[in-house]
Amino acid sequence: MNAVAPNPLSKAAGWMNGQALPTRRDESFRWSDMARALRAVPPASPPSVAPGWPGPFEGLADRELIFVNGYETGPDLALLGSETLAVRFIADTVDTAHLARLKIEVMAGHAALLLESYEGRGQGYFANTVLDIELGEGATLERVAVLDEPEGAVSVSTAVVRMGAEARYAQTVIAGGAKLQRHETHLHHPGLGARARLDGIYLLGGARHADITTAVTHEGLEGETSQLTKGVVADAARGVFQGKIVVAHGADKTDARMRHDAILLSDRAEVDAKPELLIYADDVSCAHGNTVGALDEEALFYARSRGIPAAAARTLLTQAFVAEVVERIQHEAAAAAAGAWVERRLEAISA
Amino acid sequence: MLSVRDLHASVGDKPILKGLSLDVPAGEVHAIMGPNGAGKSTLSYVLTGREGYEVTQGSASLDGDDLLSLSPDERAAKGLFLSFQYPLEIPGVPALTFVRTAMNAQRKARGEPEVAAPEFLKRARATAAALKMDFEMLRRGLNVGFSGGEKKRMEIFQMAMLSPRFLILDETDSGLDIDALKIVAEGVNALRSPERAMLVITHYQRLLDYIRPDRVHVLAAGRIVASGGPELALELERSGYDRYGEAA
Repeated sequence: MNAVAPNPLSKAAGWMNGQALPTRRDESFRWSDMARALRAVPPASPPSVAPGWPGPFEGLADRELIFVNGYETGPDLALLGSETLAVRFIADTVDTAHLARLKIEVMAGHAALLLESYEGRGQGYFANTVLDIELGEGATLERVAVLDEPEGAVSVSTAVVRMGAEARYAQTVIAGGAKLQRHETHLHHPGLGARARLDGIYLLGGARHADITTAVTHEGLEGETSQLTKGVVADAARGVFQGKIVVAHGADKTDARMRHDAILLSDRAEVDAKPELLIYADDVSCAHGNTVGALDEEALFYARSRGIPAAAARTLLTQAFVAEVVERIQHEAAAAAAGAWVERRLEAISA
Repeated sequence: MLSVRDLHASVGDKPILKGLSLDVPAGEVHAIMGPNGAGKSTLSYVLTGREGYEVTQGSASLDGDDLLSLSPDERAAKGLFLSFQYPLEIPGVPALTFVRTAMNAQRKARGEPEVAAPEFLKRARATAAALKMDFEMLRRGLNVGFSGGEKKRMEIFQMAMLSPRFLILDETDSGLDIDALKIVAEGVNALRSPERAMLVITHYQRLLDYIRPDRVHVLAAGRIVASGGPELALELERSGYDRYGEAA
């Protein structure tokens, strides 16, 4: 039986009710010191009207749920069949805080697409998002999240994902950073032929900070997990990747692979990475790899010698570097939308 | 066209070029031959503006434009092209994307309109066919997994597409078997024109059987130590570089 661990969702929600914010002394937050970024939780955000701008996945969804400053326009449970749901977490406020909560269930045997966007227009806000995601037996969910927020924002999104037997779960998190931006996923993997993919891209300039944290627990036999995260960090920005895979006692024949690769575009840029494998089972196939380096100067000169200016050459090469992650998004139109967002962001940080 | 005067250049603290002078008029093909370590590749990198190659003295100009004050991409837009001895592999960037990006960047720098996609593809297909290249290779990551000969052919493909005014071929024959060498040489010869000039850098005479030079220069210890007609290349092939070895 599993030990009872503190639920990450109630913990995150508790910050709004006076529970202490994590500091760098909390192991999982040591590179994303929320108490330092916020000091205290700001006053509650006011209600606001739905945004007049298109989200990054405009036109792709069968239905849309919009949260504005934490206030939602629909139910707090999304029960999904085979369909595409866009969930837009809008923050249009200054120096206030809000919590958005949503439970998503994909019905057994159905295949759904979740397009999640964090769209910040204000400044200095604290957006706290809590997602409870459940996949029924044999269900498939592909989740693509774009985090597009202003540089002064603090935004933390915490999700717990539970998969039924034979389920397929795939996520791609694309983060542009903020004052402190964190996207955290806790995945309970049942084994039993279920498969998971957890990918990420972070593209950071200025003094931005993004943190992609995942914790996958393999709880049954013969589960598969594949993870690929790539980051490009310019100026004095900072990227954090924490990937933990726990293979519990009895979760034999687990196949788990994790890769993280980052490119630093400046001497002041920083990447902190912590890939972690904790294996308590037998006969498992697990591997992780982690690299942090500079852009290939020779390739850069090669491109420039053909007439491509330095900034455009950096965009071209960094885009090629992260393309592999975008290509792993199965839904073609979602991959195209994500790729377009990535290209715009890379142009901005390569200039 | 290309005019190099008393060029001195260092890599780190080490002087490599020590007063090199060279004139290549429009319409001509000049060969630079020389022993290993003479400064042949340094010359090609200094002319194209690679970082780490510091010019300490002298000048280099293309049609009167000072090359040394321009960035590598600005030099390319002026019409300078270097075919690399070791072309780079760029995973994730298809050759077609790379060449179109380069072509449009050059056009933009010259104030010309971008090339339209259908026109670009038509030219790419014709050029690939002339070089006996499989067009599908151009859709894959640039040079990724290509053989030495395929990479050199890809250089000539890019050269033909970008149609530069001044071409530098750095050891283009290395790694080529005789059939590939003939195809590459045909591709280069097709670009010969009265408005264009070429500098062919090579260690061996072999390439010059297929790309016939108007002038041959011997580069040793950072300077041009002898110049002559095509017969000079044949003489070097017989006698070797020994007598130029201590030229400095």
